[in-house]
Amino acid sequence: MVALGVLALMALASLLAPLYAHDVAHTDPFASNVAGTIMLDGREVDIMQPNDNPLHLGLSPIGPTWRAAYLLGADSQGRDVAARLLYGGRNSLLIAAGAAVLCLLLAGVAGIAAGFLGGVVDTLLSRLMDIMWAVPVYLFAISLSIVMVSQSVRLGPFVLHADSLLIPVFIIALVYVPYAARPIRGRVLALRQAEFVTAARGLGVPVWRIMLRDILPNLATTLVMLGPLVMALALLAESALSFLSLGVQAPQASWGTIIQDGEGLIYTRPMVAIAPGLAIVIVVLALNILGDGLRDALDVRDSGRRAS
Amino acid sequence: MTLTPLLELRDLRKTYRLPRGRVLRAVDGLSLRVLPGETLGLVGESGCGKSTLGRCMLRLADPSSGQILFEGRDITTLPERRLRALRPRMQMVFQDSSAALNPRRRIGDLLAEPLRVHPAPDGRRRPASVIAARLSELMDLVGLPVQALERYPHEFSGGQRQRINIARALALTPRLVVADEPVSALDVSVQAQIVNLFADLRRELGLTYVFIAHDLAVVRQISSRVAVMYLGAIVELGETDGVLHHPAHPYTTALTAAVPRAVVGHPHAPVLRGDAPSPTAPRTGCRFHARCPQAQARCAQEEPALHTLRPGHAVACHFPLPPGP
Repeated sequence: MVALGVLALMALASLLAPLYAHDVAHTDPFASNVAGTIMLDGREVDIMQPNDNPLHLGLSPIGPTWRAAYLLGADSQGRDVAARLLYGGRNSLLIAAGAAVLCLLLAGVAGIAAGFLGGVVDTLLSRLMDIMWAVPVYLFAISLSIVMVSQSVRLGPFVLHADSLLIPVFIIALVYVPYAARPIRGRVLALRQAEFVTAARGLGVPVWRIMLRDILPNLATTLVMLGPLVMALALLAESALSFLSLGVQAPQASWGTIIQDGEGLIYTRPMVAIAPGLAIVIVVLALNILGDGLRDALDVRDSGRRAS
Repeated sequence: MTLTPLLELRDLRKTYRLPRGRVLRAVDGLSLRVLPGETLGLVGESGCGKSTLGRCMLRLADPSSGQILFEGRDITTLPERRLRALRPRMQMVFQDSSAALNPRRRIGDLLAEPLRVHPAPDGRRRPASVIAARLSELMDLVGLPVQALERYPHEFSGGQRQRINIARALALTPRLVVADEPVSALDVSVQAQIVNLFADLRRELGLTYVFIAHDLAVVRQISSRVAVMYLGAIVELGETDGVLHHPAHPYTTALTAAVPRAVVGHPHAPVLRGDAPSPTAPRTGCRFHARCPQAQARCAQEEPALHTLRPGHAVACHFPLPPGP
């Protein structure tokens, strides 16, 4: 359960981002600060400093100070990387979690309908999933993003602006629906054969009610197990999209956009890219360990129940 | 008797298509009448199509051809929506008492389900108080404490779970109950209790049973009539005593001889050798001739029809055995 603790810590840190920015770092993580200075060991230091070459050409942001202000240094616009990392964590984690929930919701509906109704519904849904799954996930997500970010989405009264966080949530949820729908459908196929489903039909329970009251509760373990795994994939996808400027839009931050900021500074100020990279690695690792742990824990109890 | 049968099957067939073009004939042109108030025991070895037949009777499996009449009304192709209105009057009890109960729902919830989805006789939804009263009535009927309603299926023994299944089947006061090997998964001591429960309930509630079993002792105890099934068809049908004590079909003879007896020095009658032929194999003649000790040339050519041997006793055999002493 270390994994769960790590996740909780990350989420808490992200939630406290404004507190950190205002009360600890005393900085605005969204405003450019190229002309600013900070006090370091009693001396006033420029945030953008001349480069360390013979002619002192060009400027580089300040590196990690390991103090409250500019703990991890500044990015090319002189903004506090540590504060942006926390704000970025909010968006990254929120999008990943939102996408995972939406993805499981869609996959649950598709999986239950395909698995339980069978026949034409199953064929149509399964082939649709196959087609979606045949397109490389990132390519699919990038294509969708390009369309949706460049021209904001209008669905009747609903308007998603290009910088809305719902766009990445929706796209990521959609592209991973086949990943989650397959195991759900498989489980439903098995459940459909269960005698208690036949018994419910024999009692005259309507189909929709069987799906809701008999099938769904028995899918809980599958859904709980898939949740962290889908969230890990969603986090990676979000970072990739944001890195390509197709996810979270400036001036909003996400771990992906911070890595992009750090790309140009990779030789002089590697911390700008390394810090969000590490955050992604830690969270994805924790989610995967959590998912594996949940699977083991739930499987054992399931087989124990069946054996008894 | 000219009573309208509660359930009538006419030339019912259920075939399954298997890979490589094989066809499994689980129920193979079977006709049967179940009269109100009787208990029809359906016996036969594993794989003879008893359970498939039981499910077809209640349209839990769709027959491939033939007709099913319930209360004189053809329900063979009735859509599920219309069929639901009839479900309260025909119910099933399954063999595997634990598989038939959703492990994630409490007993009270499981038992209330039929009462919630079906309107009361006056056409209105049952209020919660009526359902609660009915639940405790049902628990009383099957001999379980009311506290059991709060618990989950896995907290009960097999016998108790079967009582719960019976209670659920009876929740809507059905006329017909098809019990598919309801006791064969239970301990012998519990079997007797459950069979007695079935018998008591029939008396109290005027139920009609189709009682599927492979245990002749159980069938003898509860049935008024017995149908012997072999490879998807009835080979012998009649009153329990007649069929089980004076079997006319060589297969029934073999079945009764296979019942273990506690008699010292009493040699067993010749029991059948080999397994039943595969229900996917093409057949000619009598379905039993390959294993029949008294098969003759005619049996390999011509399929015997179920014909009346004497009142209340029919057999599908060209050379039925004479009634014994």
